[in-house]
Amino acid sequence: MTPPTAPVAPPPETSDSPTVRTLREVGRSVPRLEGTAKVDGSVEYIYNLRLPGMLHGKIHRSSIAHGRIVRIDTSAALAVEGVHAVFTAGDVATLVANPYYGPAFHDQPILAIDKVRHVGEPVAVALATDPHVAEEAANLIEVEYEPLAAVFDEVAAARPDAPVVHDVLKPAGTFTDLKYLGGRSGTNVALDARVRRGDVARGFAEADQVFEHTFRTGKVIHATFEPIVSLAEVTAPNGLTIHTASQSPSFVRTEISRLLGWPENRVRVRTAFLGGGFGAKLYIKLEALVAVCALLVRKPVRIALTMDEQFYTITKHGATVRIKTGVKNDGRIIAREVETYWNGGAYADIGPRVSQKSGFTSAGPYDIEHVALDNYAVYTNEPPAGALRGFGISQLVWAYERQMDIIAHALTIDPLELRRRNVLRAGRPHATGTIIGGMEIDAVLDSLAERMEWHRPFDRGTGTIRRGRGLAIGLKAAISPTTSTAIVHVYGDGSCAVHCGTVDMGQASDTALAQIAAEVLGIATESVRVVHPDTDLTPYDMATLGSRSTYHMGNAIRLAADDARTQLLRIAGTAFGTEIVELDCRDGAIVSRAGARMTFREAMLARFAMQAGTVVGVGAFTPSYQKPDPQTGQSPDITPFWMIGGAGAEISVDCETGRIEVTKLVNAADVGAAINPASVERQLTGAAVMQLGFTLFEAMNFSDGQVLNASLADYKIPGLLDLPRDLTAAVVEVPHEHGPFGAKGVGETGVFSPSPAIANALYDAVGVIVTDLPLTPERVLRAIRAMENRPLGTDA
Amino acid sequence: MSDPRLRTITFTLNGRPARATVASHETVVEVLQRDFGLFGARESCGQGLCGCCTVIVDGTAVSGCLYLAAFIDGTTLVTIEGLSDRGTLHPIQQAFLAKTGFQCGFCTPGFILMTKELLERHPHPTDE
Repeated sequence: MTPPTAPVAPPPETSDSPTVRTLREVGRSVPRLEGTAKVDGSVEYIYNLRLPGMLHGKIHRSSIAHGRIVRIDTSAALAVEGVHAVFTAGDVATLVANPYYGPAFHDQPILAIDKVRHVGEPVAVALATDPHVAEEAANLIEVEYEPLAAVFDEVAAARPDAPVVHDVLKPAGTFTDLKYLGGRSGTNVALDARVRRGDVARGFAEADQVFEHTFRTGKVIHATFEPIVSLAEVTAPNGLTIHTASQSPSFVRTEISRLLGWPENRVRVRTAFLGGGFGAKLYIKLEALVAVCALLVRKPVRIALTMDEQFYTITKHGATVRIKTGVKNDGRIIAREVETYWNGGAYADIGPRVSQKSGFTSAGPYDIEHVALDNYAVYTNEPPAGALRGFGISQLVWAYERQMDIIAHALTIDPLELRRRNVLRAGRPHATGTIIGGMEIDAVLDSLAERMEWHRPFDRGTGTIRRGRGLAIGLKAAISPTTSTAIVHVYGDGSCAVHCGTVDMGQASDTALAQIAAEVLGIATESVRVVHPDTDLTPYDMATLGSRSTYHMGNAIRLAADDARTQLLRIAGTAFGTEIVELDCRDGAIVSRAGARMTFREAMLARFAMQAGTVVGVGAFTPSYQKPDPQTGQSPDITPFWMIGGAGAEISVDCETGRIEVTKLVNAADVGAAINPASVERQLTGAAVMQLGFTLFEAMNFSDGQVLNASLADYKIPGLLDLPRDLTAAVVEVPHEHGPFGAKGVGETGVFSPSPAIANALYDAVGVIVTDLPLTPERVLRAIRAMENRPLGTDA
Repeated sequence: MSDPRLRTITFTLNGRPARATVASHETVVEVLQRDFGLFGARESCGQGLCGCCTVIVDGTAVSGCLYLAAFIDGTTLVTIEGLSDRGTLHPIQQAFLAKTGFQCGFCTPGFILMTKELLERHPHPTDE
């Protein structure tokens, strides 16, 4: 069977066609299919899994940021009663000849080899039946290091004289455009990606005013509540099964197969519901380590990270963004140059992709004639950085939207109006040359203006409590190229299941994807079962990331369901003696215009002559894409869809303490069409609250590469009392031509803009320019006092 | 039991008598998961802050990841699994379901059990 690959157009909407009906399942806030299991505690997570004879692994981690491993002494660990085994890189090498993994670069060893490159890097692992015994043994492993000079700041690390984190760059080869970096040595710059449009020098010369600022964001973490957790078991005769809380089971299978030198069909990777992901559970985290351990001991092995270990495993990129903008006095932006240094930490993970794929949007959602964008993915001796909800976008929006209000103030143009004068509109070229379509920034601005009552006078407070309001908009391009495939089964009794690789980590994808299948098949969403990813059963899917599942997997499922539907119509058409154009699926049956009706169950009986058998529909979806020119970053087709998210904030700030209270936060997004409106609102609001934490207080504090606050006691995430009293989502629906029923992705959109919206509100309230996140009371107070020419202590 | 590090405890677990042999360092969450197959109380932050591990001991919500199992000897313990009555959800669970008061669900049992404690102490709570 050849799966259809093209996006299908909706059926022609003529009133006499039986295929036309109003949508019944899509566009409805269907309650989540797994809701009862989540409120009664019975829902399945990989965290819950225990396997017979299982060993627990605990990791011994590097105590220094950069150094050579002189000696590892495991004797005290092995002497602990109940320890089953202790493994180091030497043991890994007996199974895996080249034990380096990673989606962009093969740079990360399963256990450290010869060198450590960040504090917390796994050096050895202890296994025991009792996790406490394993932990004690791991603590007793002694490692002697010869320290090497380390580098932590992304700008310093990019300089030619910086200590080098990796002797040679090792691109993975999965991304052909990174191949040219192979073998490069003596540098920490893992990727330099550029966009050139027009002539920025000319643009700055023609500008009436030029603004230049440097903005910074520090490292923060995902803080998924379900730990990063994986189990592996050897399955006879020659297989390996990995149960893992992963957002990318297909990638895990491919990568583990590659490491072991096995065909993919011997590695099975399965997952369940995830207790949060946010990008932390992508690619390889613990999977390679548990796989090697299980193969070495021939017993199932489980490793679950503690919360403090999460801080040393994967983070969001810190970034330094230098942004220079030339404007005319009427507010028109004519030139923009942006140079961004991304702190990738010691291992690339997906960092180079973050740098490039987000970096090409760093000029913002604006129509600018002259653009030059440079992005540097930089290795440092901090813990690795990867994807965190937004894939680098919020770092960039922080810079360009913060600067936008500084420009507005200088030109005495209303910030909303300044944006209106510059936004990209349909038919105009983006900085990459791709012609804009399928998004309406004006509609998002309109929605924000309405919710913020922007035209009304605003009370700015008096005395020491001042008030302000601000807004911001951000742009993201959905990641491309990627692919999704889905299978829809109709079973002998007429019930349906969707087999797909999308991971429901809390975003309600099971329900939304079931709605799409149900809509096509004319059945109730509640009757569709979505089978969770299992690479033995579910087809390849690139991963659950980057807000791609509704669009990509939604289209694949729509095609698969349409394939199954056509087969059902043919069965009934033969029975009725009717052409299939006369038929439709409705309420679990095939109906004809003449009034004949055959339930799915009856259709299966008609087809197989027994109440058994399966109708299988297959759909694959790969959007078109043209890779950008490496010199200019230009591409006529850079993304399948654009995401646009705006935020409006009202705050009060206590000028005596620097404390900000966000009293109102609105998040508006062009979502295409909402498959499940309630889920869309929750995604927008949930993302905004996550970003609220990154805006007001979340920051990893480092000293020589050591995280000083690696626990939720010392690293605060938002709680109920931190939520704005007035917190809403504004869903702007502009149906996308190629989205399933018009839908686009929405999982990340809510993170784009809250940070600059809140900082712009602070600027509005007291006029201080803060360039670094988070907006802690101390930072805000220092800025206020510096502006008043009475700086605080160490600032004087 | 000859091993001095172990002791046998008896308690009421979700309305039924229960018995477990626990080591002095073991927590309520560990024992619920290992001996009773109950995974509704989950360890996440490990510091009693996130609330994912919440259980109710003699009417008080506690952090099951910190609370030592030895201390539940003789107590009445309620977990999320004990809240619904033979498949009928507790009204608080019904409310969380009706309002979709969850996303990934990992901390949801904690929210529900904390709400239960709150409403038992303050049947008509205010913001204060």
